[in-house]
Amino acid sequence: MPTRSRSRHWQWLLIVPTAAPLLTPYANRIEPRMAGVPFFFWYQIACALLAMVVITFVHLVTREDDHE
Amino acid sequence: MSDRTIEVGVFVALMAVVVLAGFGAARWRAPDNPHTLEEWGVGGRAFGNWTIWFLLGGSMYSAYTFIAVPALTYGVGAIGYFAVPFAVITTPFTFIFTTKAWSVARRHGFLTHSEFATARFGSPGLGALVAVTGILATIPYVAVQLVSLQAVLRTVGFGGEWPLLAAVTVVSICTFRSGLRAPALLSIVKDVLLAWMLLTAVLMVAMYGGWDSAFDGAATRFAATPNPADGLLLPDTGHLGFLTLVIGSVLAIFAYPHALLGMLAAKDRATIRRNAAALPIYCIALAIMAMLGFFALSRGVRPADGDLNTVVPQMIHEFFPPWSAGIAYAALSVAALIPASVMSIAAATTFTRSLYRPYLRPNATQATEAKVSRWVSLIVKFGAAALILAVDPAFSVDLQLIGGVVILQTIPTVLLGLITRWFHRAALISGLIAGLAVGVVMLYLTPRLDGAGRTVAEHFGGSSWSLGDGRSIYVGIVALVVNLVVTVVVTLVLRVAKVPSGADQTRPDDYLADADDPYMQRLDQLIDGLPRADENPGRPREGVR
Repeated sequence: MPTRSRSRHWQWLLIVPTAAPLLTPYANRIEPRMAGVPFFFWYQIACALLAMVVITFVHLVTREDDHE
Repeated sequence: MSDRTIEVGVFVALMAVVVLAGFGAARWRAPDNPHTLEEWGVGGRAFGNWTIWFLLGGSMYSAYTFIAVPALTYGVGAIGYFAVPFAVITTPFTFIFTTKAWSVARRHGFLTHSEFATARFGSPGLGALVAVTGILATIPYVAVQLVSLQAVLRTVGFGGEWPLLAAVTVVSICTFRSGLRAPALLSIVKDVLLAWMLLTAVLMVAMYGGWDSAFDGAATRFAATPNPADGLLLPDTGHLGFLTLVIGSVLAIFAYPHALLGMLAAKDRATIRRNAAALPIYCIALAIMAMLGFFALSRGVRPADGDLNTVVPQMIHEFFPPWSAGIAYAALSVAALIPASVMSIAAATTFTRSLYRPYLRPNATQATEAKVSRWVSLIVKFGAAALILAVDPAFSVDLQLIGGVVILQTIPTVLLGLITRWFHRAALISGLIAGLAVGVVMLYLTPRLDGAGRTVAEHFGGSSWSLGDGRSIYVGIVALVVNLVVTVVVTLVLRVAKVPSGADQTRPDDYLADADDPYMQRLDQLIDGLPRADENPGRPREGVR
């Protein structure tokens, strides 16, 4: 089924929220601050929001796989 | 009325409501036949989106997390923040791996990793080893929840042993009666209380000068300590230790029996996938809690008796309005009791399914299974309480540390096993044992250092293995690498020697099955834990070459 296998490729997008929180060597800085919170700390909160967006997207585009 | 009276009054009243809800939970969507392990252990696998979300939040984001993580950021700064990237990465992993685990478990009626190991690799011995590892790792995890609970109770003014024993008794009875339904229902109560606590905390930070002043104050205090590793940022040599700890923690959570059990209670695959998308909300709550450690440090909160676990309860007492403090204490206490309950159910189910039925009573009925599990869950909880009261609370923290390294060694079987069955069963057993040996020896050889780098204890001083140049690495990852190398090498040797590997009782499409699946529960095949003669000899056996 070509549609299914094509939509499955979207799952690779999940690498993004898996890898992003591991970039701490590059996120290890105070500035820029957001609402007084140093970058190192709000970066992970941004990653959490990113994970929500990416997973929701992958869930929606691969939804037909749920009922096989 | 004094502030303390209001705090205690609100706390006691809320805990009474919680206990009543726990007892009533058995009647919540009561099944026709409540005396099976399916009903008691995973709530009949019928929980929807919201219930699962709350249950997972309740069992994975425990009091230990909410108390120990701010205690770590308070004590050492940025390194303690490892819990947040760890939590974020578990969400895409849940989306991929937990849906596979849910499907195969649903089709075969599995409740535990160990049953999966038995079926996937055709080896009840491997299943039993995974079961023993899981139970040994879970008991100290229950114990550290109770340590957190004790820290809260002590701050409220209920010191000593009896309040802890009373709490354990009540939660044990709730679990005994209601199974997984009790923690699921209480998780909803907990999240409401916790949301209130976080809101109060954020307002508190805003009123005392905002995050700017919290972080700046904390930075000043870190600069004044002799420890070079603490501070708002990771030291240059700290990255390896930080990242290996994150990765090890992510993998470990997929091997703990309780994390799987909560997910198996979901009613279909879509429930798990939607939950994976919504779980990062808990990560944000955890991040806020972690940052509260800096607030506590900047405002000069002092832990009671030098026990860092009391930092958060002390901060709540000093800075929250009294009635909000009562709510926060209740939130933290329930957050300790829910995971204690889920973990004891998971350990009990593991015992029943992978040790009791295969080895002690092969013909156990479903009612017997449920009964045995109920009693074992009691033993697990009181065993954990005894560990704290009779031995030393610090000992249970050490055991929890060891538990994390130990459980990680089942990853090749229970997580990689979901993707491939290339590994040979004997290789997996050898790798698991090698990983356990390396991990425990390394932990034993790690001395405990104080802030200035002096040795205060010879053994079990932490899970960071020093590499000598200031860098360190998480012991669990080293042990897992050893484990994987042994597993791969032994598998290659056995394949060359043509030693037969066990029969795989699962099929590729088992990992995709959903709730409306016609082949659900081929449970009879595995009734005694041993694969019977292949019902379908014609089907290709994946992985056997």
